[in-house]
Amino acid sequence: MHGTRPLLWAAVVFTLAARLAAQNATQNQQGQGDHFVIETGARLYAGQCSACHGVNGDQITGVDLRAGRFLTVRTDEDLTRLLATGRPAAGMPSFEVLHTDEVHAIIAYIRSAFDATTDGVRIGDARRGAAVFEGKGGCASCHRVNGRGAYLATDLTEIGTVRTPASLQRALVNPAQAILPGNRPVRAVTRDGRTIRGRRVNEDTYTIQLIDEQSRLVSLFKADLRSLEVSSTTSMPSYETTLTPEERADVIAYLLSLKGR
Amino acid sequence: MKKLLTRLVAALLVAASYRLDAQVTVDRLLRAADEPQNWLTYSGGYSSQRYSLLRQIDTANAKNLELKWMMQNQVFGPWESSPLVVDGIMYLTQRPNDVIALDAKTGRMFWLYRYTNSGRQQVCCGAQNRGVAMLGDTLFMGTLDAHLVAIDAKNGKPLWNVLVADDKLAYSITLAPLVVKDKVIVGVGGAEYGIRGFVAAYDSRTGRELWRFYTIPGSGEPGSETWSGQAWEHGGGSVWVTGSYDPALNLTYWGVGNPGPDWNPDQRPGDNLYTDSVVALDPDTGKLKWHYQFTPNDGYDYDSVQVPVLADLMWKGTLTKAMLWANRNGNFYVLDRENGKFLSGSPFVKVNWMSGFDEGGKPIQTPQPAGMPTYPGVQGGTNWYSPSYSPRTGLFYVSAWENYGSIYRKEPVEYEAGRRFNGGAGATVKPVPDAPVMPGPAAARSPINTWTNAVGNGAVIAIDPRTGQAKWKFQMYDVTDAGILTTAGDVLFTGGREGYFHVLDARTGAVLWKTYLGGAIMSAPVTYSIDGKQYVIVNSGNVMATFALRE
Repeated sequence: MHGTRPLLWAAVVFTLAARLAAQNATQNQQGQGDHFVIETGARLYAGQCSACHGVNGDQITGVDLRAGRFLTVRTDEDLTRLLATGRPAAGMPSFEVLHTDEVHAIIAYIRSAFDATTDGVRIGDARRGAAVFEGKGGCASCHRVNGRGAYLATDLTEIGTVRTPASLQRALVNPAQAILPGNRPVRAVTRDGRTIRGRRVNEDTYTIQLIDEQSRLVSLFKADLRSLEVSSTTSMPSYETTLTPEERADVIAYLLSLKGR
Repeated sequence: MKKLLTRLVAALLVAASYRLDAQVTVDRLLRAADEPQNWLTYSGGYSSQRYSLLRQIDTANAKNLELKWMMQNQVFGPWESSPLVVDGIMYLTQRPNDVIALDAKTGRMFWLYRYTNSGRQQVCCGAQNRGVAMLGDTLFMGTLDAHLVAIDAKNGKPLWNVLVADDKLAYSITLAPLVVKDKVIVGVGGAEYGIRGFVAAYDSRTGRELWRFYTIPGSGEPGSETWSGQAWEHGGGSVWVTGSYDPALNLTYWGVGNPGPDWNPDQRPGDNLYTDSVVALDPDTGKLKWHYQFTPNDGYDYDSVQVPVLADLMWKGTLTKAMLWANRNGNFYVLDRENGKFLSGSPFVKVNWMSGFDEGGKPIQTPQPAGMPTYPGVQGGTNWYSPSYSPRTGLFYVSAWENYGSIYRKEPVEYEAGRRFNGGAGATVKPVPDAPVMPGPAAARSPINTWTNAVGNGAVIAIDPRTGQAKWKFQMYDVTDAGILTTAGDVLFTGGREGYFHVLDARTGAVLWKTYLGGAIMSAPVTYSIDGKQYVIVNSGNVMATFALRE
């Protein structure tokens, strides 16, 4: 009987705090909220949006909220309008019930590339970082950027739109812990004894697709293979000791500047 | 005996009140399984076994299946609908609320009925419709804005349209209705918005509401002692998957969804009846005969909206009217469907939210520490996907998600009409922080699997109900939302997110044949026959593909 009251009050207090925070943010330019507002947006996003758009904002075909890729909208005003009307034909409901400040907080979260945790990572100089990337780091011998470099590792042309500073730092220092499962190295041996090595690009119950060491796109039937190993390590070295903290900060700045073409 | 006679007379009276030339009589619905050339209810008959007596396609010739025709859905998004087939005509729905009648032999269309929703409808997890029901020459469809519409099966014109619940409060209907005698029974969705769920029956001729059973008891009603304060008012308990019916017991069974708010049980102390339960109702009055609750005081969104599968089994030496149930909470259950008694429960995937059952069949809950993963995860060990039971193999087949967990976070939430009422969130457990997770069911699947089986994989698990143990397992790489169909040819048909149509040996799980259709299969296959030829259909992406044996 009595259990729910304090909780309900806590809910009210929380909601009010969130609205106040959102109100403060709207005094800045819309869509560029401060840290607290972005966190508010993150909470609202998790509750209102993530069921359809996904935690990473890329579950609807053709839409990648974190990368700023939309189907019909461009500006913050467009987004505000869209949230009010929804897109009933596409199955998106109206979010008219959201308060103006809450809409702004969600937009701020989207515009922050879903990053409520930018603290603690040093971001240096992008131009110096480009030089390290091409030179001392040797990154371009595996990675490709804007049509230049190798196919051995993932293309980084758009990496600045999909990774946070913290995750880039993780990848540089501890790449084995940061490599995404989808990109893992594979070694397949066919029934006739041929060995194929490459990077996984897709897989299903019966087949696997990869790009091999000669940059060829290869699709294999698992039933035709004698063995298939998906490695949990990576050939990418750690840059914890080979680059100075300053150089790493520069490389992170460079990677963050890569926003696609 | 006298009771049975009264029932028979009542059934005959109902039957007689329909035109003699009406297509789908009450009697035909009662014996739907005996006319396997047709598919007369959502699950192929009142027992909901999704099992067909057709045997032209069998384990020896399944490799000779070939595509016969396709039907292209013009509405994009996951397609969760399962059609009816009545005397050569197929009735299917496409999103949001279109009904289509077509020639089941050629795919050519007779008519399309387009229902216009209010525009206010809110459906948390996909603007879906899962199909229609039929009685006489009338089809019945629930709509996203929570109306029930009767449609003339000959020309697709609406006959009546009644309001079931208020869409401003985010009530919706996504399930295919169930016709029992002269009544059309539906349930409502909306627990993610704090509705108070119910099952209701409507007069098939007029649309008049005949009874309503609230899945959340009101103050003072039996079961209300399992709620605290006013929490019941927004207690959820959606009913969004079609129920079953046992004519001999005169009971209709419905699975009830999660409590509201989904993830914050602290806000609603108590067991929260009848959320995450199966309820057995008298179809004439809507009175509750019995219930069994799978997940008391649920904090994991473990809806019990699975299709209740009815089967008569030898249970410890006695022929038992059983109910078989693979639950979203990861356990497979056998219940006595006469009285709701718990007969057995055993996990079919990794389960750590509970450690076992007490003597009464209540789970012993073991909540995980904050920040630690709970198994199964938020989409469940299975979900609404139609299971199948083959009386020939004696096996129960379920589409499962394996090695899939979530980290739950609960937080207070205040109810506001028409707003999400979740009270937290569930995040998929993943191997590295930036790893993608599989798209939710509301989204169209990407053809490139970047999430991989590191966050969970799909499987068809064949469970022996007598032991609760898996007899065999067919593992997929991606997860599956596809239902399962089995036949007297000992063939099992299913799909998955990847877009393969898998044809398996129902006794061994061996792949007899497969074909890549290229779009996620998110509904259950159906089989029927015309002019002596057995067809099987499956929805993949925006395409319905129809297969039969090569001439």
